[in-house]
Amino acid sequence: MRNTRDHDEAIAGGRVEVVLVEDNPNDAELILRVLRKHNVANQVVLLKDGVEALDYFFPPDGPLPGAANATLKIILLDLKLPKVDGIEVLRRIKADERTRSVPVVVLTSSTEQRDLKNAYDLGANSYVAKPIKFDEFAKAVADMGLYWLVLNKLPDH
Amino acid sequence: MNEEKVDIVIVEDDPNDAELITRVFRKHNMANRVVVLKDGEEALSFFFGSRANDRPKVVLLDLKLPKVNGIEVLQRLKSEERTKDVPVVVLTSSAESQDIKDAYKYGVNSYVTKPIRFEDFANAVTELRFYWLLLNKPNEGQGADLTQRTRG
Repeated sequence: MRNTRDHDEAIAGGRVEVVLVEDNPNDAELILRVLRKHNVANQVVLLKDGVEALDYFFPPDGPLPGAANATLKIILLDLKLPKVDGIEVLRRIKADERTRSVPVVVLTSSTEQRDLKNAYDLGANSYVAKPIKFDEFAKAVADMGLYWLVLNKLPDH
Repeated sequence: MNEEKVDIVIVEDDPNDAELITRVFRKHNMANRVVVLKDGEEALSFFFGSRANDRPKVVLLDLKLPKVNGIEVLQRLKSEERTKDVPVVVLTSSAESQDIKDAYKYGVNSYVTKPIRFEDFANAVTELRFYWLLLNKPNEGQGADLTQRTRG
């Protein structure tokens, strides 16, 4: 389990750098562990289904913590999610001017051509298939983290 | 023109930068699959002319280009059904907030500023290559469908 206080402070303080939308606890744990190793663990928010993701980015009332967050650098989005699927979450994020410039990397076990095409058509910035072997998955997450947190530049808010 | 499939298109007017980038790809034995285009006009005719069905895995696009600027090339690529899913990475010396904002507004996949030191630049290109050619999965199915559609 993650440290809930860090998680809450990260949200309140607007320091969130990574939003991870992932329902599989093993995959989520692996991703958090790799990111923690690279010292970004406190700045990660984990959301477990599509409804949590939509509530985070588009709260029914009040301001938009997700959209207004100046430090958010990347959203890692699984496609097969309970309640509301990842494609719908992606569609909403890319359809809204307040959130569309946040890079979304679809990180999923699906390699179906239809999912790939849908994701790109809706404006996904990148599509990465989850490697099956633990080591390869860990390396892919580390490389993604390095690319999107260090190399990629974002507009000022 | 070379019939081999193109993996990467570099749109870059500065010959030194183009040389550095192609050198990194040559080092990874990919020189044959790299196409360098020197201005915005060449870029548009590559994507919307005779090689219109060629779908590279990534386009590295400079912004300050002669004839047609990079933002216009990006806008065109991202507004056409046939090309909008080809990943475009802006690779530029401009860190101006307006350029970054515009690039994201028109749907850029990623924005990377050119490091000044040769070695840092080479490392950045190596990372770009690794990410976009090995880790990222491009949409490969669409080209064929659209060929049929335009013929029909």
